[in-house]
This record gives sequence, C-alpha cells and structure tokens, in this order.
Amino acid sequence: MKVLGAGFLLLLLAQSPGPPGSRPVVVGSKPFGESYLLAEMFAQVLEAGGFTVERRLGLGATEIAFQALRTGAVDVYPEYTGTGLLAILGEQPVMDARSVFAHVSREFRRRYDARWLPPLGFENTYAIAVRTDVAVSQGLRTLSDLARDGSDFVAGFTPDFIGRPDGLPGLIDAYGFRPAEVRSLLPAIKYQALAAGEVDVIDGYSTDGLIARYDLRVLEDDRGFFPPYEAAALVNGAFADANPDAIIALTGLSGRLSEDRMREFNRRVEVDRESVALVARDALRSVGLVERDIAEVSRPGAPRPGLARYLWDRRGTIASLAVRHVFLVGVSLLAAIALAVPLGLLLERKRQSAESVIRGAGLLQTVPSIALLAFMIPLLGIGVWPALVALFSYSIYPILRNTFTGVREADPSAVAAGTALGMTPRQVLLYVRLPLAAPVVMAGIRTAAVINVGTATLAAFIGAGGLGDPIVAGLALSNTPMILSGALPAALLALIVDGTLAAVERRLTPGR
Amino acid sequence: MTVPSTVLATSEVSKHYDSLVALDRVSVEVAKGECHALIGESGSGKTTLLRCFNRLTSPDNGTVTFEGADVTGLDPVALRRRIGYVPQDGGLLPHWQVGRNVELVPWLEGHDDRTDRANRALELVGLDPTTFGRRWPRELSGGQRQRVAVARALAAGPDVILMDEPFGALDAITRADLQESFDTMRRDLRLTCMLVTHDLHEALALADRVTVLREGRVEQSASSNELRRAPATEYVRALLHRARIVHP
Repeated sequence: MKVLGAGFLLLLLAQSPGPPGSRPVVVGSKPFGESYLLAEMFAQVLEAGGFTVERRLGLGATEIAFQALRTGAVDVYPEYTGTGLLAILGEQPVMDARSVFAHVSREFRRRYDARWLPPLGFENTYAIAVRTDVAVSQGLRTLSDLARDGSDFVAGFTPDFIGRPDGLPGLIDAYGFRPAEVRSLLPAIKYQALAAGEVDVIDGYSTDGLIARYDLRVLEDDRGFFPPYEAAALVNGAFADANPDAIIALTGLSGRLSEDRMREFNRRVEVDRESVALVARDALRSVGLVERDIAEVSRPGAPRPGLARYLWDRRGTIASLAVRHVFLVGVSLLAAIALAVPLGLLLERKRQSAESVIRGAGLLQTVPSIALLAFMIPLLGIGVWPALVALFSYSIYPILRNTFTGVREADPSAVAAGTALGMTPRQVLLYVRLPLAAPVVMAGIRTAAVINVGTATLAAFIGAGGLGDPIVAGLALSNTPMILSGALPAALLALIVDGTLAAVERRLTPGR
Repeated sequence: MTVPSTVLATSEVSKHYDSLVALDRVSVEVAKGECHALIGESGSGKTTLLRCFNRLTSPDNGTVTFEGADVTGLDPVALRRRIGYVPQDGGLLPHWQVGRNVELVPWLEGHDDRTDRANRALELVGLDPTTFGRRWPRELSGGQRQRVAVARALAAGPDVILMDEPFGALDAITRADLQESFDTMRRDLRLTCMLVTHDLHEALALADRVTVLREGRVEQSASSNELRRAPATEYVRALLHRARIVHP
C-alpha cells in the first residue's frame, strides 16, 4: 500500500501543469542517428521561431517515444509513416505512400489525438544489406535471391526489426527467408559486425550514412514487402491545438528534405562525427529555414581530438551528467533503504509472510529495465520520476533480502542471551540482531548501489539524463569517444561507490 | 539454624514437544542461598527445567514459583532482569566491549551507576575492569569469556542466578580454576543458584543439593552427601559408578 501511495503522489507531482505559455516545447527523438538529427532540426526551427525548447533525445525505441508523445511528456518527435501503420497501429502493410499517410493521419487523430505533419520529403525504409563481395560471388541482387541462397547466413538484426510485423516476421512470410541464425545487434554496431564478417546480412536504413562507408549492397525489395516509411513530425494533439505557431514553424520543413540530402547529412553525423547541432543547422540553412549568421558551434573539418582530449574538453558536461547520475542513484537508493530495512526488520517478526513478500520484491527484479521504464510512462511520463521509481524498485530486493537474512541469522547465542537477561523483543531486534546484521545489510545496500549505477545509464532512454545520455547518443551516432565519455565515468563511479560502501561495511563489522 | 525459605520451586511440572516428553511431573525446590545442581544426560530435560524459571519455556502443566509467586503472573522481562543467567557459551554480545556487556542489565533497568556496578562485578570474577573493560569478546580466552558472562549475570545484584553448563566448554585446568572461584564467590554473596551440568564431579563439588533427571523424570533429589551415600535408583548408582565416585 505504501508503494502505491508513493506512486500516486509521484503521479500528481509529475503531471502538475506549469503556467500556460511558459512551458518549453519538448522535442524527443528515438535512439538512432537520423532521429537525433531530425529532432535537432525541429528544435532549431522552433527556436528560430522564438520558442524555448527542451530536448529529450534518444528515447528508448518506438514504444517509449510514442508513449511519451501520447501522454504529453514529449510534444513532437520524428516518426515514420510505415512505422506508425505497422508498429503502432498494428495494421497490414499498404504500398502507396499517400494512402499510408492519409490512413495514419486519420487513425492517429482518432485513436491517440496525435497529428502527423506533412512528410519531410524523403523515405527511410529498411535496407537489407550484404557485403558486396558476398553479393557478387553468390549473385545476390534481390530479397528473393537472399531467400533462395541465404539459408546458411547469419543475420544480424536490430531488436526492433526482429520483433516488428514489418520486420523479420513479415520478411519470413513474404519471402520465406530463413537465415541459419539470427543475432540481435544494436543499430550502432550492425555495420561493423557485417563488415567484419561476424554476420552476413543486416537491416540497415536506406538513408543511413554508413551504407556508403562500408562496401555494402542493398538488396532490392522485389516483392514490394516494405511499406513506405515517410519521415514526418508527429505531434501531440493538445499541444498542436494550443500552439498553432509551433505547428507552422515545424511545417516549414515539410517536403524540404530529399533522400540524397538526408544520406549526406547522416553521413556527416555518423561517419564524420560532426556535431548533430552543426549538421542540423547546415541542413536548415540549405533549405533556407534559418539565417546564416548563427554563432559557429564548431568548425567543420577540424581535426578529431584524441580520446583524452575529448574527455577533457567535455569535463564540465561530464561532471554535470555525473552529478545527475549520482542524484538518480542516491535518491532511489535512500528511498529503497528507507523502505526495505524497516520492512526486513518487520518481516523478522512476521516470518510466515516473509518469504512471499521477499519473493514479490524479487519478482520486481526480473522485469527487464527497458520494459519497466516503458510501463511507467503512462503513469509518470518521462524524465526523472519514472527513472527514480524504476531504480528504487530494483534496489528493494537486495536490501530487503539481506536485511531479513542478516537479522534472522544473527548470532543465535547472543540473541538468546539478550532475551534471557531481560531484553524486550524490540530491544533484541534493535540492539542485538540489527547491529550484528549491519555488515550483511550493508552488503545488500552495496549490491543495490552498484547495480543502480549501471542501470541508471538506461534512464537516458526515458529522458532522465545522467551518464547514459552520451552512451545512448554515442551508440546512435556510432561515436565511440562519446560512448566512452559516459561509460568510463560510469564505471569509475561504480568502483568508487563499491569501494566506499565496502569501507563502511568493514567499519560496521561488530567487535572489530 | 533457621528454616531455609524456598526461592525457586516447581510442582508437578510437565512439558511436551510434540510426542517427546521433556519434563514429566517434576518437582524441585531451591532454598535461599543454596546451590542446586540439575544433572543428567543430553535430553534429560535439565535445561528445559532451568528455562522454566525465567519463562524462556512455558510448562504445559504444573506451577513454577519464584520467591513464592507463580511466574505466570509475573512479567517475563522484569522477571529475567531479577534473575542472573549464564549460558554455556557465555552468550556475550560480540559487537559490544566487555564493559558494555557487563553493564547490560543495569542499563536495561536504567541505573545511573551502571559502570560502577559493572566494574564491581568484573572485580568479583577476578577481572581488572581497566584492563578488560574495553576489550572485545573475541579478544578473550574461553575462561575469561565465562568470567565476563558470570559478571554480567551478577552486575544488577540479583539474589538468584541460573547457569546452563557454564563451565562445560572449558579445558580441565581452566574449568577447575573457575569452579573454585565461583564456589568462593557464591558463598560470599550468599547467592541462590541453579546449575545445570552433565558432570557429576562438578555437581557434587559445587552444589548443596543435586537433582538427577532422566528422560524428564526425577530419579533422585538429595543433598550431595546423601546422593553419594545412598543412591536411590539403579540409574543413580550406575552414574556414580561410571564417574568412579566410590561410596564413602
């Protein structure tokens, strides 16, 4: 009940609206390069139109980003009509781009009160790609060829693709393609895996900047299986109604971006590692949407700095991300301690119900973090609150289990002596069992803390910030130094937390 | 000689654990200032009987009295604070230094002079408070640990002390040493004491009266001399014989 009550309180806090007009426009993106770039373009167009913008980039995947939009946690993010049709509406593929757009426009407005702005002007469909040398030696040109000759292939597909009806399941139905093995690969590493020969076929995006970098052949969709995936701004309906000027600003981008241009911009981000902000600005300039005299973000073509230099240059950002990370871990951990330690003590007195309660907490632990985060969006939106609740949920079990076990198995002869000499049961618990259990309780807290430092990096998927931000963005943009600028401090933080708590644990060991 | 008043007594006390009979209509009496030994094999019920006096165990039938009052009418926590207790392994709280361990009962009772009481109790058992007060239990030898346990039982100044095989886990030399100093001390303090032991030598050396228990029943309850002189049952006779205690 306590947990429910706290959840309800959080819900109220998370949804209390600010004064009208003062709220920044929240722009979201999914965690891959083109989505970052388009979102950044939306943001800059809005800023040029006088809006304040809050960027919530790299949100989980379709499910999380769309939930965030529906609930108003995000006002606009770039989406693809085909994804809307198949993955969100769950309908059958339709081949005509105009029909798809008309259909999703109508259905999204009706079902979710969400608006599709007119498409941006390019399609980004799945591009099933193989290495050119393999394509040549096996004579692969189309997906039908792949289905015929690729039964001994190892496929490396993104998790999104493996699960979606317009992904692997549909591909199997339409072409009868059955690879020997399917490996789940993150978008960021699939091209490298293919080039290195770890896998034989991947799902790329037709506008990916990386297709050109590696020597790859995109197989023709000769049966027209993949529906049109036109990129467009997807907008929350309430936001659209209240902010016509923002819609006008965003619509300025409609029909302005060609596939060739997008591929070029994506290449600059994913291959040349130029900053997303800079490339977005150039893209907007090239279509005449922003003035030319915006301050330089960084000079294009500047020599890439070494990793140490890169980290040093970003030390301020990293420090503030680390502070946010520590905040997420610390607050959720303290809340979990406040709940789990007293609960553990209580369960020692009510042993019959102990196992079931602890198992319940353990069950919470088995929910995959991304799923837990996605569950919480309808309740808590995106950002810090759902991240805190998720981390809190994961911390309860190790602390509860260790507290209960620690006090239950505290030195029986000391417990017996305390009782025999006239301690009340409460005194035995507080002065004998609890101090004797302290190192065990502390070990549980330590486990929870270290797990939390790691799990908190996933909070970036729901816009909570922290050291996960550069990891998610770096993965999406194939930018290794960026990934390391989050991963190295996170690892260091885990070591520091572990070492500090280990020292506390030693100090708490009775009769040192 | 005055008639000794009874401090601890049981009357027809029985206790079952499922089908196991731990105590079967046991009646014993301990007079003021007397040391009474309960002796028997493992499972004879001697520890169960001891635990009835400070209500760590509740008998199924029969009555247990402390200074004439039925213990079921007394608050168990208050009762335990009036009765000293020494377990076999000392039962020292490992996270407390010796001084604090000995202060336990005066502290529970809210006495301001608990440190003085603890120091006096430590001196009584032959340990220097300045040397031992700040030691951790794990820094003590087995014998020292039992001395601290006795000091802790005595710190609040109880008239009665219950001891559950207090010297059983010690080596022979240390045990003899502790037995001797305990014997002197309890006579000086005129302590009433109930001592559980499986060592007939110890029982006969330390106790004024001995009760022999076997499978929850009293085989014989008699003064030490009487037991030695006139074993009431074959079992007691065999016990004396095995312990190589010859008739006087």
